[in-house]
Amino acid sequence: MKLELRGITKRFGTLVANDAIDLVVEPGQIHCLLGENGAGKSTLMNVLYGLLRADAGQILLDGAPQHFDGPGDAMRAGIGMVHQHFMLVPVLTVAENVVLGDEDVRGPGWLDMRTARRRVREISERFGFDLDPDALVGDLPVGVQQRVEIVKALARDARVLVLDEPTAVLTPQETDELMATMRRLADAGTALVFITHKLREVREVADRITVIRHGRVAGAAEPGTTTRELARLMVGRDVTLTVDRPPARPRGDGLRVDGLTVRDASGRALVDDVTLQVRGGEVLGIAGVQGNGQTELVEAITGLRAPSAGTVRLGDDDLTRAGVRAVLAAGVGHVPEDRTHDGLVGEFSIAENLVLDRSFGPPFVRRGEVRRAHLAEFARQRVDEFDVRTSSIRTQVRRLSGGNQQKVVIARELARPLRLLVAAQPTRGVDVGSIEFIHRRIVETRDAGTPVVVVSTEIDEVLGLADRIAVMYRGRVVGVVPAGTSREVLGLMMAGTPIEETDAA
Amino acid sequence: MTPTQLLRSLAPRRDGHAGTAAASWRTPVTMAVLTLAAALAAALGPRTGTTSFRLSKPTDVLALPTATVPAQAATVALTLVMAALCTAAALRVRAGRAPARALAPAFGTAFVLALLTWAAAGATVPVVGLLGGALALSIPLVFGAMGGVLSERVGVVNVAIEGQLLAGACVSAVVATVTGQPLVGLVAAVVAGALVATVLAVFSVRYLVDQVIVGIVLNVLVTGLTGFFYSTALAPDAARLNAPARLPQIALPVLGDLPVVGPVLFRQTVVVYAMYVVVAVVWVVLFRTRQGLRIRAVGEHPEAADTVGIDVRATRVRVVALAGAVAGLGGAYFTLGSVGGFGKDMTAGAGFIALAAVILGGWHPLRAAAAALLFGFVSNLQNVLGIVGSPLPSELMLMLPYLVTVLAVAGVVGKVRAPAASGTAYEGAS
Repeated sequence: MKLELRGITKRFGTLVANDAIDLVVEPGQIHCLLGENGAGKSTLMNVLYGLLRADAGQILLDGAPQHFDGPGDAMRAGIGMVHQHFMLVPVLTVAENVVLGDEDVRGPGWLDMRTARRRVREISERFGFDLDPDALVGDLPVGVQQRVEIVKALARDARVLVLDEPTAVLTPQETDELMATMRRLADAGTALVFITHKLREVREVADRITVIRHGRVAGAAEPGTTTRELARLMVGRDVTLTVDRPPARPRGDGLRVDGLTVRDASGRALVDDVTLQVRGGEVLGIAGVQGNGQTELVEAITGLRAPSAGTVRLGDDDLTRAGVRAVLAAGVGHVPEDRTHDGLVGEFSIAENLVLDRSFGPPFVRRGEVRRAHLAEFARQRVDEFDVRTSSIRTQVRRLSGGNQQKVVIARELARPLRLLVAAQPTRGVDVGSIEFIHRRIVETRDAGTPVVVVSTEIDEVLGLADRIAVMYRGRVVGVVPAGTSREVLGLMMAGTPIEETDAA
Repeated sequence: MTPTQLLRSLAPRRDGHAGTAAASWRTPVTMAVLTLAAALAAALGPRTGTTSFRLSKPTDVLALPTATVPAQAATVALTLVMAALCTAAALRVRAGRAPARALAPAFGTAFVLALLTWAAAGATVPVVGLLGGALALSIPLVFGAMGGVLSERVGVVNVAIEGQLLAGACVSAVVATVTGQPLVGLVAAVVAGALVATVLAVFSVRYLVDQVIVGIVLNVLVTGLTGFFYSTALAPDAARLNAPARLPQIALPVLGDLPVVGPVLFRQTVVVYAMYVVVAVVWVVLFRTRQGLRIRAVGEHPEAADTVGIDVRATRVRVVALAGAVAGLGGAYFTLGSVGGFGKDMTAGAGFIALAAVILGGWHPLRAAAAALLFGFVSNLQNVLGIVGSPLPSELMLMLPYLVTVLAVAGVVGKVRAPAASGTAYEGAS
């Protein structure tokens, strides 16, 4: 089925999220929609899927104009969507999720689960998915959950399939498998829209590329276009994709983590006997698929979570179970992985957010009173230095873009003399221009002799920043490898293969 | 069916609400404490004479003889049974497995029997009266719990069960009196409960007001309205407005003649038979039908339901109204099914106990019904022990229902998982 979008415009208040966007997706093609976070890709797809109503424009399927009042209409018209955050009910089974909203029934409304299971089996066999229709979705790994989403769309006879940032949660190997699946779907005549901001994936799989910037179509590109050219289209100017960094000069003891174990309430080890060292002047990258204990490891190092065994030492200080305030006092900077949740108070101003960690006393608080003038001067200087794009330091942080929010977090954490910087997902949801800036600051911190831990689920980020790379899988460190390790080896390690078995050793 | 049988009949279901199966020392420790208590009672307060359990009335078709046991010997024997069950649970946990599902109900039965034997030494326990009274106390709780389960499964916390019960009680009494038809009163109760719930649904689903706050406000509102109505109209003119005919008891053929079970379960009013049907229907609808699957999806992950074309808000409003209708029917039992007239604040917190039953039952209709029956049973146990003359101080006896709740929740059920989206408004896709 051929999908055509004509002049789609969507406004939220004064913000124009989509400005007269045209898009044609042919059957049998994988059409990449490339753009930064906030460029308007997801808005466009939500319009297509009936979740949002366009202010202007038309959706045509095989030339016939469509009107969608809700996702139900879009689905009936043959549009399927794999959402970035899976739309699966974890306590229901695979089969129940697949048929939800489109159930097979007998008589007045009895669920016919036998037919549902058969549908799941048939479709998953066609694509070699090997799904158990009776497994609870919540028990499945994310890669498998994504297949459930795809089966769900196919079970509804989707002939236009939209995949919204599908690779964000996958290991490189799972990503390869997904791309093979996408190709098979395209060969079977499905029209695919692949939304991403990862340039490498675009080059690998796209038949056509449309780049979206600031809600407008910034251009179309052929599959052979270089990543540099794609990045330029996406950002609107030339960007350096790699950070220039001199070789590391490790010195001093830095951070030592010994036999660190963190358990959840039921006693399961989330971080399992992790031993690491980061010396001054080097960056240790921690790679791994999301949810393999990185979050808990960072929380244990920064005092947010009490480990059940092991020690955390910074130089001569024992930080195990020291508590957040003691950890801050010891000179640890922490860029949390979820800035809106842990890093910032959205309702507070930029200035206030810049001193959140220094509300205990001097220099910004004297005898319990905030020294406003002092604070304002400090904030203006930080905003300038870190290039936070804002009209005022009194602007509420939640009104800033993701990249500018992250710069506020980084500016705060780097404002104190640091003995350790822990940066988790430092560039998640950040535009390419800001990524460049943030990476440069992290490298500068390293070069000043501070030990740096960078946790990232993006292999490119780890490869770009780290002097050594520790790969985590199910709470354990699978291995620590040097910076030049190939992404294939890292990918295998991220799936739990020990380094000795990756043929790299 | 006794509560124990009902508990046992709850086959494990894979709906993600089966409770935590992890091996925990909680259950054996609770059992050990109770076993010790029983042993201490037997040792420090030895009882003489016999305890009789009267199983039927002399007029029954199939009369059972009265069972008489030597009090002290039976108490000791039952304590030993408890000790054995406790050991079995402990061994299972030590082997890293969860205690068998039947262990806790079996233990509870042994404990209750031991308590009765010990406390009623030298007297006669009217078993039919004990169980029948327990059921009577449970009926509004079961209806309320079904209203709670339905509502929470679709994602709306129903704190207003109390208000729905009270509205059902008041309206059914008035309508039944005015029309002279108790059955019309029942219908009116259903409508009244549904109306209260619709207010809850509209405010929380349409206007995104906090569900708990709307619920509390509704409870206060209904209490005030019915109280005002009672003092200004019902009390002064009771003959015209508040003297409904009580629903007749209908004995089912054959089933009603069974010993013990017959008089307890099958010589009841139409409200009680409706309760059996409602529990079964709620269960079947939730887990076996298309509507049920959609209800559960909306309560767990409304965004997911929305993206497959289910109208989240409409589903919520509809199901919450239905939940209120069910609770309203339970309210009618207070008036048409038992006392025969409306009294100010006559529900006396039953709605909140029903809410506790929903949680104790892990948001599962059958388990929640069993929990409601358990609460009713324990309340009545306290009444019966008071009548037969228990050596325990009455103040201690009054604690029993709450003690059992705490023990059941903390000792046996443990952590239960509510429907994920219960209590949160759905604002639609961003």
